[in-house]
Amino acid sequence: MRYEAPSTTREASALLANAKGKAVVLAGGTDLLARLKSGDIEPDLVVDIKRIDTTQSIKRMASGFRIGASVPCVEIGRSAALKRAWPGVVEAAQLIGSDQIQGRCTIAGNLCNASPAADSVPALIAAGAKASVVGTAGRRTVAVEKITTGPGKTSLGKDEIVESINLPKRPPRTGDAYLRFTPRTEMDIAVVGAGVCLTLNGKGEVSKARVVLGAVAPTAVIVADAANAIIGSRLEDSALAEMAAACEAACNPIDDMRGTIEFRTDVSGVLAKRAAKIAYQRAGGK
Amino acid sequence: MAHDTSYTDQDFKIVGSRPPRPDGIDKVTGRARYGADVSAPGQLVGRVLRSPHAHAKIRKIDTSRAQKLKGVKAVITSKDLPDLTEGNRGNYDILENCMAREHALYDGHAVAAVAAVDEQTARKALKLIKVDYKVLPHVTDVDAAMQDDAPVVQPHIQHDGKPSNICNVSQFGHGDVEAGFAQADVIVEKTYKTEQTHQGYIEPHACLASVGPDGQGELWVTTQGHFTVRNLCASLLGMDIAKLKVTSSEIGGGFGGKTHIWTEPLALALSRKANLPVKLVMSREDVFKGSGPTCSTSMDIKIGAKKDGTVTAASATLRYHAGPHPGPWGMLGGMTAWACYDFENVQSIAYDVLVNRPKVAAYRAPSAPMAAFGVESTMDLVAEAIGMDPVDFRIKNAAKEGTRASYGPTYGPIGIGPTLEAVKNHPHMRARLGKNQGRGMACGFWFNFGGQTCTDLNIGVDGSVNLTVGTVDVGGARASMSLIAAEELGIPYDQVKCNVGDTASLGHNDTTEGSRGTFSSGMATIFAARNAIEEMKARAAKTWEIDIEDIEWRDGAAHAMGMQHSNLAPLSLAEIAGASPGTGGPIAGHNEVVADGAGVSFASHICDVEVDPETGATRVIRYTVVQDAGKAIHPDYVEGQFQGGAAQGIGWALNEEYVYGEDGCLQNPSFLDYRIPVCSDLPFIDTEILEIPNPNHPYGIRGVGETSIVPPLAAIGNAVSSAVGVRLDHTPMSPPRVLKAIKEKQAGG
Repeated sequence: MRYEAPSTTREASALLANAKGKAVVLAGGTDLLARLKSGDIEPDLVVDIKRIDTTQSIKRMASGFRIGASVPCVEIGRSAALKRAWPGVVEAAQLIGSDQIQGRCTIAGNLCNASPAADSVPALIAAGAKASVVGTAGRRTVAVEKITTGPGKTSLGKDEIVESINLPKRPPRTGDAYLRFTPRTEMDIAVVGAGVCLTLNGKGEVSKARVVLGAVAPTAVIVADAANAIIGSRLEDSALAEMAAACEAACNPIDDMRGTIEFRTDVSGVLAKRAAKIAYQRAGGK
Repeated sequence: MAHDTSYTDQDFKIVGSRPPRPDGIDKVTGRARYGADVSAPGQLVGRVLRSPHAHAKIRKIDTSRAQKLKGVKAVITSKDLPDLTEGNRGNYDILENCMAREHALYDGHAVAAVAAVDEQTARKALKLIKVDYKVLPHVTDVDAAMQDDAPVVQPHIQHDGKPSNICNVSQFGHGDVEAGFAQADVIVEKTYKTEQTHQGYIEPHACLASVGPDGQGELWVTTQGHFTVRNLCASLLGMDIAKLKVTSSEIGGGFGGKTHIWTEPLALALSRKANLPVKLVMSREDVFKGSGPTCSTSMDIKIGAKKDGTVTAASATLRYHAGPHPGPWGMLGGMTAWACYDFENVQSIAYDVLVNRPKVAAYRAPSAPMAAFGVESTMDLVAEAIGMDPVDFRIKNAAKEGTRASYGPTYGPIGIGPTLEAVKNHPHMRARLGKNQGRGMACGFWFNFGGQTCTDLNIGVDGSVNLTVGTVDVGGARASMSLIAAEELGIPYDQVKCNVGDTASLGHNDTTEGSRGTFSSGMATIFAARNAIEEMKARAAKTWEIDIEDIEWRDGAAHAMGMQHSNLAPLSLAEIAGASPGTGGPIAGHNEVVADGAGVSFASHICDVEVDPETGATRVIRYTVVQDAGKAIHPDYVEGQFQGGAAQGIGWALNEEYVYGEDGCLQNPSFLDYRIPVCSDLPFIDTEILEIPNPNHPYGIRGVGETSIVPPLAAIGNAVSSAVGVRLDHTPMSPPRVLKAIKEKQAGG
């Protein structure tokens, strides 16, 4: 196994492009190292992107935020501006693993690991985040929901690396939230996750919404019907019930040791309702 | 020298205080050496190949390609562990469990092992071993395994005259239960299930084995009983007991799971074949699949009572799975089930059942928590049915001194009544509950054990004392033993250094199990110290040239008694020790004993939970343990045992379970999906120590390590019932099970 730690994304991309056999990208390593140790994968090349300048920081720009691909989640939690703008995304990042894991793990890694249960992904999609992807042919910007295509699978080319995750500037009267269900308080994998981002009009009605579920299908699911159910509402019980029903209808989960189909389906609606209420408050709704 | 073991009600000077444990700093700074922390020059890495099938005939194992791989120094299969058990079926079962012979009996059963120069080579070598399996039908569920048409795990085992998975049936009780039920105003009968759990010790099994061409060997190993490891390994490998020296490392948790041998004989056999030391460390997956978790169970519990709260009859039918070999687990469930109570008519029938799962080992009060889940849940149902407070109902029926226990003996002074009274009077019982919160309580029992013990106490010329015990310290025992030695000798705690001796330095000590460590080594330490005192008195007599009868030992010094000796200033322990080279040489005290009379142990727990009715998530928000310790030598470690058992019981009750697939393979062999509670899942666990002296120990000690895991399953079930009105009859009471029960109740009206 060869280990490389290039200092530019271009070099990293070239290493991946020219790799013979299995090549993997290392950022925080909290997924990769566990898989290496268990013998689950035996790559020929590991490309560590932590030495690349452009991956190392959170930048606040006029257009929003740029979160480098090797920024550990603990740093996301320390960014007061990010917390103010996108509290749901920050909460999601701070639910991954445990304090110790968050000292290493990254949201770009969480995305590219392509687990259906990734905590940060529904929150990022709800917030309208985009991935900045660098390959040998150059850079492209891709909506986060287009990255994961199935469990363990992404749309990234062999030579491509997610260099940063970009969040937009938060629109006025907008709030987001993420909740997940796990049997334990930490060191656990979401059985269901729900990210909600919504914008209110001047009358306190939901004018725009995004409802995204995790761990209930092969990838995170954007539930348009759930969003439509609350648009125009002030989250009255009937609107929330309709939203929950839409979430349950959108679920296509597996039955496994982490949760039954029935349980995941039921809880998806419960969490979406609770997340929507938090997001509504954060957007200034009363 | 024979010593009187009976309780003497002495006033303690040091026992009962809370000094820091001698192994504490090393443990928190990382200097302590655990099973995997020792290396030898030239050591190899050992790894084990395990069966991917729940049940299979092993037609052939081809190790030739692995053996040819560069860096591989030894490959072993069952052929390298010939059967030397000479008809001892128990030892044969152990041998077969350590390494499959004709059949792989569970997913994870060891089938071969390699020793190589590094881990990568060892891993590669495992992949080169080709095992030709013929997959056989399997059974993993205890109820399914009892059916007539179930696949048979061990064809030599018969029940009702034909091959069967039922390997033991035991029965306990007295009176006439049918007549008793006929007198009852209310009868509650219910079936329960508990899923299999693992002890979940943080340190995986690990050892370093070295066997030379002269047939002598050494083994460094994490274990609760190095003498047991020595005797079993020597027997299976055909070595003389005296030629295998076993040293126990610091232990990162055992809870019964480290009372047996697993990969240790494989490491020794690899070392013998390679003629180099072999270090063998289990992965967590190996631990889940190839060590000794506890049983899953299925139980029918029936209790009848009069309206005044008198129980007229109680019966239990218990079905415990044993893994691929017979064990005493159902029997222990049957013995413990009704032990808290004084019932006129009581019975338990217990079945041990073979399944294609790993060998069951002890897990902290083995078998008692499951039976208590069924019994204590049903006790609450009966109390509810007759409209009586559940604590009062238990107090009315509690066993007391003179009660004939359901499993046979007549109790001496016991703590069940006092723990129940303490619960009744505890402020926890009166604390207010919020929305979706509920409170439950439950009782528990464990026998405790004494057994063979051998201890040495050596006094240095500076007056410091080395105490060498042979019971592995799993819960702060070195601190407790040091307190006892200091108490007896009349010297400060810091002047005693307690070590756990290796198998070459002491006579046989039984394994630290059955909560016997402090009870038995405490007894041997008292007597060893008293023997040393006799010797010091003799030295003083020699020095003073007076009769030993005129000398008494107090406050750490020999005192000459009587007016005629009033000119003689006391001789301190340090003075006598300092003079010892000239008065007869080193001063030591020694004791070997079979410590009989371990006092039975009882506990009552109170638990508050909050249940999220929309997700079924249950959080324990307050927890109190009340338990009888006999005498708490070091109260910190007694409380630690109370808290640790409760924490494990909470995990068992709420989330922990072995999940098997249709293929009979374990689906969750990792701490990610086998969910033991993390710190943030648990509240502070409050404790109250009661001290009802054990009449059979000079200090009144009872074992305290196990009983605390017995009540939590039922206490939580009772609390969930009080919070959301649903009765869970299946552990773990995981969110999907609780939510399903809530929804069924809502649907039902």
